[in-house]
Amino acid sequence: MGGVDEELWRIWVYLAETPLVGLTVTLAAYLAGDWLYRRAKLNPLANPVLIAVLLLVGLLLLTGTDYPTYFEGAQFVHFLLGPATVALAVPLYRQFRQVRRHALPLLVALVAGSLTAAGSAVGIAWALGASLETLLSLAPKSVTTPVAMGIAEQIGGLPSLTAVLVILTGIAGAVLAPHTLNLLRIRDWKTRGFAIGVAAHGIGTARALQIDEVAGAFSGLAMGLNALATAALLPLLVRLLF
Amino acid sequence: MLGSLTLLLLCQLIGEVAVRATGLPLPGPVVGMALLFAGLLVRGEIPQALADTAGALLRNLSLLFVPAGVGVMIHLSLVEREWLPIAAALIGSAVITVAVTALVLQLLSRWLRGAGEKE
Repeated sequence: MGGVDEELWRIWVYLAETPLVGLTVTLAAYLAGDWLYRRAKLNPLANPVLIAVLLLVGLLLLTGTDYPTYFEGAQFVHFLLGPATVALAVPLYRQFRQVRRHALPLLVALVAGSLTAAGSAVGIAWALGASLETLLSLAPKSVTTPVAMGIAEQIGGLPSLTAVLVILTGIAGAVLAPHTLNLLRIRDWKTRGFAIGVAAHGIGTARALQIDEVAGAFSGLAMGLNALATAALLPLLVRLLF
Repeated sequence: MLGSLTLLLLCQLIGEVAVRATGLPLPGPVVGMALLFAGLLVRGEIPQALADTAGALLRNLSLLFVPAGVGVMIHLSLVEREWLPIAAALIGSAVITVAVTALVLQLLSRWLRGAGEKE
């Protein structure tokens, strides 16, 4: 018996030291999350990233694995965020060509939305007594995750906290935006899509695409432009304020 | 595929170097994205190979957030302490941002359309 246990232990020690496990469980957890999301008929509350993160945090806590050990494997996935961010220029360009005519109102609404997103989140959290690092991690939360993490790092927030806040923001926006827009009696699909994209980035865009194609295109455009606008404005604002 | 992946990495690399050299408060990959966007504007079309590579990366974009998201486990005590302001900020800000963006866009579009009709 002792021999089998020892053998298992040796295998475990070997596995714990290679990046293979971190990489495999990341993909497996995401596939599980994606499967559940489809089973839930693409309900934004069943967000696949959120499910994957919860599964993995549970698994790591259960096995007593620390985050740096996990990240040795997961870094290979994480690294692709950089080139993927650059690749966002492709859909941005595709949508930009379609909406050139509306450029002025879109740009003004973009700047207003970008400042409102950061300002209202920081304002509410500050009024309720959040710490400075939470405030700085919250500020870029309406921007698509890879860019938001970059901004958080720039301004002194916690990028990994920002990553989760961005996902939760997307879920909140995808769930609440249709009701908010109905309440305001805004029926134009371009306006609806653009507002969702500014507030709730890719998760909102996925939701907008389910409802209307035009809304989806404007939401995707808003997401790309908001990444640029917030990356340009927020670090400057933070520098002025702190 | 390989060529367009190299192009994406090159844009990011130039972005990272530019940010470090100038002290610009911008994430390097965002500068890379702006560079590629400018390049596409100059070229006037998206090369098929780039469209394919970008599509493959972006179709699986959600997966790429997972490792960073798991990092929240380092900050569990912070989240436990400050869950109320965080939750209130996320929900409140989502509603306010959607409302402000939509209202500004609607008002401006109507105003511009009205001005255009008068001319």
